[in-house]
Amino acid sequence: MLLRHTSKEVKEREGLTINPAKTCQPIGAMYAALGIHGCLPHSHGSQGCCSYHRSTLTRHYKEPVMAATSSFTEGASVFGGQANLLAAIETIFSVYEPDIIAVHSTCLSETIGDDLQQITRKARDDGKIPEGKHVIFASTPSFIGSHVTGYSNMLTGIAEQFAVSTGVKKNQINIVAGWMEPSDMREIKLLSKKLCVKIVLFPDTSDVLDAPQSGKHVFYPKGGTTVAELQSTGDSIYSLALGPISAEPAAIALEKKCKVSFETLDIPIGLTATDRFIMTMSEVANVNVPDEITEERGRLVDVMADMEQYLYGKKVALFGDPDQLLPLTEFLLDLNMKPTHIVSGTPGQRFEKQMRQLLDERSPETNFRNGLQADMFLLHQWMKNDPVDLLIGNTYGKYMARDEDVPFIRFGFPILDRIGHSYFPNVGYSGSLRLVEKILSAIMDRQDRDALEEKFELVM
Amino acid sequence: MRKVAIYGKGGIGKSTTTQNTVAGLAEMGKKIMVIGCDPKADSTRLLLGGLQQKTVLDTLREEGEEVELEDIIKPGYRNTRCTESGGPEPGVGCAGRGIITSVNLLEQLGAFDDEWDLDYVFYDVLGDVVCGGFAMPIRDGKAEEIYIVCSGEMMAMYAANNICKGILKYADTGGVRLGGLICNSRNVDNERQMIEELAKKIGTQMIHFVPRNNFVQRAEINRKTVIEYDPSHEQADEYRALAKKIDENKMFVIPKPLEIEELEALLIEFGIAN
Repeated sequence: MLLRHTSKEVKEREGLTINPAKTCQPIGAMYAALGIHGCLPHSHGSQGCCSYHRSTLTRHYKEPVMAATSSFTEGASVFGGQANLLAAIETIFSVYEPDIIAVHSTCLSETIGDDLQQITRKARDDGKIPEGKHVIFASTPSFIGSHVTGYSNMLTGIAEQFAVSTGVKKNQINIVAGWMEPSDMREIKLLSKKLCVKIVLFPDTSDVLDAPQSGKHVFYPKGGTTVAELQSTGDSIYSLALGPISAEPAAIALEKKCKVSFETLDIPIGLTATDRFIMTMSEVANVNVPDEITEERGRLVDVMADMEQYLYGKKVALFGDPDQLLPLTEFLLDLNMKPTHIVSGTPGQRFEKQMRQLLDERSPETNFRNGLQADMFLLHQWMKNDPVDLLIGNTYGKYMARDEDVPFIRFGFPILDRIGHSYFPNVGYSGSLRLVEKILSAIMDRQDRDALEEKFELVM
Repeated sequence: MRKVAIYGKGGIGKSTTTQNTVAGLAEMGKKIMVIGCDPKADSTRLLLGGLQQKTVLDTLREEGEEVELEDIIKPGYRNTRCTESGGPEPGVGCAGRGIITSVNLLEQLGAFDDEWDLDYVFYDVLGDVVCGGFAMPIRDGKAEEIYIVCSGEMMAMYAANNICKGILKYADTGGVRLGGLICNSRNVDNERQMIEELAKKIGTQMIHFVPRNNFVQRAEINRKTVIEYDPSHEQADEYRALAKKIDENKMFVIPKPLEIEELEALLIEFGIAN
């Protein structure tokens, strides 16, 4: 019992968070920056911030993740980090030769008040940024929001600093990807291709964090949205932001800067969210949905109908990030399962409102909380009071799953102890089908394990 | 070794008062170290006969961790040991962190060790206690007695009262005590009575009333304390008196800061109303 000190009795806490269901802003900023081709993320702070985030991303993707740091010492925290960042920019462009350096701040550099805009401008004025190269930045102090906020802030920075409007519209649609896996981004591109819609997807971590083994190490893998593509987003006819929390702010920035109208959708996880994505794409690009996609949908619906008896009424506890939890909860409800407990450490009233609205309509008795004290400790307490049949969340959930002896599906970020997430999507009809398969396997494996000998069925 | 910190509103004359008092104590034969805790690094100018060339943080920045004590502590008037914390240029970095860094570094390098046979350490701290860094000299039992320089002007008294709140915060854990208010006169009406009354209400004493004298300015322009510039001047005797009172001081209290209404009532009673 690794979590044996978790008590059943839930008490209101004011100041304490135990096993938070979130992490720091910069890791999100780093992840978003990796979705830009030839981009080296740079952490403006002490070395530890950078190392921690790099190693978590490396463990999640099983790929080497590169990032640079301003390596703050005591001196830098007193005198400010300008000298360190200027030296870093010079060194990085001469030694590591990226096209772009994406600088994000940290708690320390934010607290002492380093001004990234002023420092990057100085780097440009001093000629430290070679012709055709770029330094972009985002403010990402971890005492505000979560890793999702950091992702969103860097994405907004990317949109603000690259998009250009030439006055001539391009027949393409921007898809601002909320926090999703390379496999999901690949699936979004595939669906768009099947729909015959030209898109600019950003960021795009496919072919970056799921790069194939080619026998030689490539510092900047071939994937990622290119600078030319990013600049062209200002001329696109429309933007779709997939994820109200992680993606929408970048779409707003694009609208402000280049007057590209946008619409926000959920990340297409599950049947209905994918329906909304496909229908919206079809409307804004004025294309018909091809049979290929309709048939994909049909296969998902078929499985959902066939297997409903095994899923009906099954109780699920889930934790993770807002933009995934919302469509996932909706999908569980579509599967006639019962999302029983939901927590997210990412604060924000918008998510709270949307989730409440969904739950009020379809599952008013669900326990739900997000923000400061919405941690795994609370989720575990809720699970003790009202046991569930399935737990869905990132790797940190394995302790609760073990202690409560509950089937567990790894979903979200980070997944440190399994593979698959970078290769098999959770989005679209096929991604949703994979999710159903995982849920069914987890529940049916448990049924087999616990079945008495005389009830142990071949076909089930 | 007595560890003293001088606080007070910006521009009130903390550095001038501190250095002149230190000169008085040095004249009495005391061994003293003065630590300037102000990014402007002008807390030892009169004792050194000019600005300290290299501050602790300058040295740290240039030499890295390999700092030697003699690089940052220079002998001043009558062998007082003078050092300046220094700090970032205005508008960048974190001056508060700078003070924490330099006081820690001085400790590590043994600046307070017995071998120096110090009778006094004086911390001269800038302005208000705006953040944790500027409270460094009163944290962890570093300075044990505080003197607040003030005048009869409202904002100076307001600042003095605020500083008392800072002292109160650390009094229980750090053992820091208030030694008294030093009134550096601005020739405000009823100034002496008003500060005496303020001191009484806070629970302390007005340890000395330093009259305003332009001679202080003249000595300052010549980069000297009054005692060094003209030992026979009457103002030199004022600082000698203050030095003696501090040396003999036995009254160390936990201050009782006033509510704003009380403070304003005091001003009305002694100041504006008269």
